[in-house]
Amino acid sequence: MSARTELPRWVTLALMPALNVALAFVIGGLVVLAIGESPLEAIQILMFGAFGYGEGWGFTLHFATNFVFTGLAVALAYQAGLFNIGVEGQAYVAGLALVAGLAVDQIHWSVVLITTTLVAMALGAIWAAIPGYLQAKRGSHIVITTIMFNFIAAAFMSYMLTQVFSRPGANSETETLDAIGRLPLLREFMPFFGRSPVNITIFLAIAALIGVYYLIWHTKLGFKIRVLGQNPNAARYAGISAVSIIIITMALSGALAGMVAVNEAVGVQKRLIIGYVGGYGFVGIAVAFMGRSHPVGVLLAALLFGALFQGGQELNFEMPSVSSDLVVIIQALVILFTGAMSEMFRPALERLFIRAKPPPEKAVAPAPPANQPKSSGEQGSGQ
Amino acid sequence: MSYTAILFLLDSSVRLAVPLLLAGLAGLYSERAGVVDIGLEGKMLGAAFAAAAAAAVTGSAWIGLLAAIGVSTAMSMIHALASINMRGNQIISGVALNFLALGTTIVLGDAWFKRGGITPTLSLDQRFGPIELPFVAEAANVPIIGELYVQLISGHNILVYVAFLAVPVTAWVLFKTRFGLRLRACGENPTALDTAGISVYFLRYKALVVTGVLCGLAGAYLSIGQGANFTDNMTAGRGFIALAALIFAKWRPWGLLNTCLLFGFLASLQIRLQGLELPGIGQVPVQAIQALPYILTVVLLAGLVGRAIPPKAIGQPYIKER
Repeated sequence: MSARTELPRWVTLALMPALNVALAFVIGGLVVLAIGESPLEAIQILMFGAFGYGEGWGFTLHFATNFVFTGLAVALAYQAGLFNIGVEGQAYVAGLALVAGLAVDQIHWSVVLITTTLVAMALGAIWAAIPGYLQAKRGSHIVITTIMFNFIAAAFMSYMLTQVFSRPGANSETETLDAIGRLPLLREFMPFFGRSPVNITIFLAIAALIGVYYLIWHTKLGFKIRVLGQNPNAARYAGISAVSIIIITMALSGALAGMVAVNEAVGVQKRLIIGYVGGYGFVGIAVAFMGRSHPVGVLLAALLFGALFQGGQELNFEMPSVSSDLVVIIQALVILFTGAMSEMFRPALERLFIRAKPPPEKAVAPAPPANQPKSSGEQGSGQ
Repeated sequence: MSYTAILFLLDSSVRLAVPLLLAGLAGLYSERAGVVDIGLEGKMLGAAFAAAAAAAVTGSAWIGLLAAIGVSTAMSMIHALASINMRGNQIISGVALNFLALGTTIVLGDAWFKRGGITPTLSLDQRFGPIELPFVAEAANVPIIGELYVQLISGHNILVYVAFLAVPVTAWVLFKTRFGLRLRACGENPTALDTAGISVYFLRYKALVVTGVLCGLAGAYLSIGQGANFTDNMTAGRGFIALAALIFAKWRPWGLLNTCLLFGFLASLQIRLQGLELPGIGQVPVQAIQALPYILTVVLLAGLVGRAIPPKAIGQPYIKER
């Protein structure tokens, strides 16, 4: 009774997440209907806003760049069994990299890029490694600690921006980067992108996707991370030090989160503003779960959320009664369905696939098709 | 600082402590039963919106309160479905509920009231007004104690008194009743409870209903008790401070009362110290006081000062053997 009915790989890897995401969109559509607008028209406007013209594409890709970083940050930690809710705070603290960028903005943009990238990654890594250390060494729960660190980051940055680094005459923002030091925008080479803010940081996001994939599946460290995430006991017996893996993974996760500072603060806003992260870190949670913590999935999910953010603003413009915060609802439902209720469709799918396929010859578990489906769905994850 | 000023500070501490206390107690029932609740913030926010919206439409604070409890309990049931029946990750479910409330309240508020997510301002009779306790007129003439009675104890709205009453009630339920014993067992060793023939699922559902009701009270307090309308994201992290307070109090009701009063005091102190120059220190960075509850919680969780040990079975879905 313990074996779970085997579903084809494509069903668990693609169909189930797709159904979960589809359900989130259906409910989002119902909200639009409840407001008294047409969901079909809304999705049309949304898609056109995101992909219908060059500038829309540019904004979509710009948002997606942020979400690749935050999504990878959550996903990498999740591979080690750690739930990093602190990406928002890590990205926020990393924003101080802009101050380092200000120091070198008279030289060349490449110097600014390298300096801010290194500083942002280091700051994000430190802000994430402390909760990692506290989890590994002191046993305090990483979820609670990272939540607390988000709030501590908010207070710390508000102090930094109002008291330490604020521009004379303005409260709560720094000086602006000099024109020489600004990162090139893609529209400078490709007019296709209109007035959109997508900048060269997008290439770093692509590199991060490949790098995380390589790290997780092709290095010793990645192997240790996965073993720890899937079976901490096995990791201990294999002589893997949970303490160092947890701290290293969290540091890497925080470093990825820190890259938001380069794309958003350095690349687009060109100065550091209070609350500049604006929820991108939390979107990373939805992106990681929807993408099943795999770089390919993260890329697709980041594009989807990039499109939602851009299209949502367009939607609000065309249909003023539909707030752009509709995106937050869909984000929440995606987290709920793909993260907490991911097995929702399994019983139904199992029933469907068993009916379609007669019991296999090499039966692992006795599977009488008549009454099996219901009970197997219910106690599948039993042992 | 004069005596009146101190009373004023304490009075504002109490007002700021109440939502933390209600939400903290809500979390206490859930977590003592073994279900992590990161979603206190979202439930409070949903409830605050429901209360303000219903009170604005019907003109009745009580209907507002009912709506708040209804919405918050419904959200709690989604959490129950995900974490008890579907055995999903309770933390993820809580995170999702927080965003669900954040998005839905703005989208619906914007669509219904057309004020950018803010609900119409309620008049005094549409919300819970201050209650004057008996003998206030007589007590006003008594020095010290009389002033304390008039300023600090009397003149709050009904939800404040409910919140403070909920502490001894919770302590009694938790430690002196059969339900409380089972609730604690459910969070520590659900298998034992199951062996005794008590349904773990049903008990956790009951606990989460209580959580929903209390979060409903907390939300209603914000929008139709203390405040007079709903503004977007008006909980502003209070659900997480409540969670921190719960941990700080080691999941105990009386400790929670003290912690919430302390956190409330810090919040009111921070408002008072804004822009104030202290001799020798200079301007006090209010952000330091703002961050203090969170820092204290981290320090306590790390076991640097004392130790907060959560219920043993917390966060684990219960799987009944068959």
